[in-house]
Amino acid sequence: MSGEQSIEAKKLIVEKSKQRVLDELTFIVRKGSITGLIGPSGSGKTTLMRAIVGVQIFKGVLTISGVPAGSAALRTSIGYVTQMPAIYEDLTITQNLRYFATLANADKKQVAAIIETVKLTAQKNQLAATLSGGQKARVSLAIALLGNPDVLVLDEPTVGLDPLLRRELWQLFADLATSGKTLLVSSHVMDEAERCDALLLIRDGRLLWNDSRELLLQKTHTTSVEEAFVYMVEKGHVS
Amino acid sequence: MMYHIRATAATFQRILRQLSHDPRTLALIFIVPCVLLGLLRWLFDGNTAEFNKIAPALLGVFPFIVMFIVTSITTLRERVGGTMERLMTLRIAKFDLLFGYMLAFGLLAIVQASLASAVLVYGLGLTIQGPDWFLIFTALADALLGTALGLLVSAFAKTEFQAVQFMPAFVLPQVLIGGLIVPLAQMPDVLEKVAYCMPLTYAIDALNDIVTHATISNDAWRDIVVVAAFTVAALVLGAVTLRRRTK
Repeated sequence: MSGEQSIEAKKLIVEKSKQRVLDELTFIVRKGSITGLIGPSGSGKTTLMRAIVGVQIFKGVLTISGVPAGSAALRTSIGYVTQMPAIYEDLTITQNLRYFATLANADKKQVAAIIETVKLTAQKNQLAATLSGGQKARVSLAIALLGNPDVLVLDEPTVGLDPLLRRELWQLFADLATSGKTLLVSSHVMDEAERCDALLLIRDGRLLWNDSRELLLQKTHTTSVEEAFVYMVEKGHVS
Repeated sequence: MMYHIRATAATFQRILRQLSHDPRTLALIFIVPCVLLGLLRWLFDGNTAEFNKIAPALLGVFPFIVMFIVTSITTLRERVGGTMERLMTLRIAKFDLLFGYMLAFGLLAIVQASLASAVLVYGLGLTIQGPDWFLIFTALADALLGTALGLLVSAFAKTEFQAVQFMPAFVLPQVLIGGLIVPLAQMPDVLEKVAYCMPLTYAIDALNDIVTHATISNDAWRDIVVVAAFTVAALVLGAVTLRRRTK
């Protein structure tokens, strides 16, 4: 792997009511790559993402483009998609985007194009409350794209989507990465790892792997990320 | 600075747009106080003096209660629905958000108070000595107080059920001992002292004052200042409870 680092963590710790939710994570995420944050539910994926976008208190070092996570300067350069779509249900798609466009200092002209990017043009004047779960998730993604942030942190963005749409979104992620954006995409579905340049495997708040998928399969003598995951949990380490 | 003005204005517009998609709530906010005042007039059938005494004070109570509920529920929805967390990852300042809320609900309160005042003065024959605009002005101050307190208490509620229960807990005591039912001077000493610690007491006092005085007395202005001070305090505390980063 090459390229300069975008996100860097050194001994990152998050404690919630004296329990360690993230236990001394040390990793780097390369600029212009798609990194999959893969782990079962409850492993600490969302907590790590919240720390990166600056709403989670942590100990240790966590920087984005060299700036400590949580700094005001980062608020215009990170797009965050939460697991539950964070949108206003009593506004239309366009109204949702126009509001967040103002807050993200984005050009209002960008709104129509972004709605097209997530394939919701036909529904743009529909109230968000009337949309399906997958459509709401795409509205939430569209909001994160406003203002062209350098880093996109996406918490399970493709859950419950139709496979064709899922493929299109992954194509969109790949295009964004090619254009120089850094994407951190979480999933509890191990096959999604196939589409990532690099992987962060996480379990019980501990990091199992931070490198490419190919190297993971090679080191664990397995053919899928799921097998590799099981192998590492059982062995406790990589041979 | 320009960014913060735009963010506040956008939030103000956004809240009004949200409400515009909910005409039933809007109708309830505007019509219920008028209907209740009509009911009260009927209740005091023939006893105009008694009605004149209690009705203006209610004009301060309605916007306070309604804005308290609407604001606490709307804010709670933002917290629970994740939009608050999204906002906190953006450049918008906490006060941009809070001011946006105050402006939107303040506007709603002006409409509500104007309608209710018109019904009182033109429909139900209430006679007040002071200027009509002061009724609306005081109602607006009460509505902003309700909004600020609603913003504050929503931080202590985890569900909409809890948020609604803050109404009887925070608001009803103020209505009961604020001088609406029993004049402050006739209350037990301790209760009177408690009443003077609560903002609605001052609002009710200002409204009663305007009924009997042709000009706005210094006492009435002092009452408004006290209500405004409570509002600012609640707003500052609300900003403190609104955390960008959590444990």
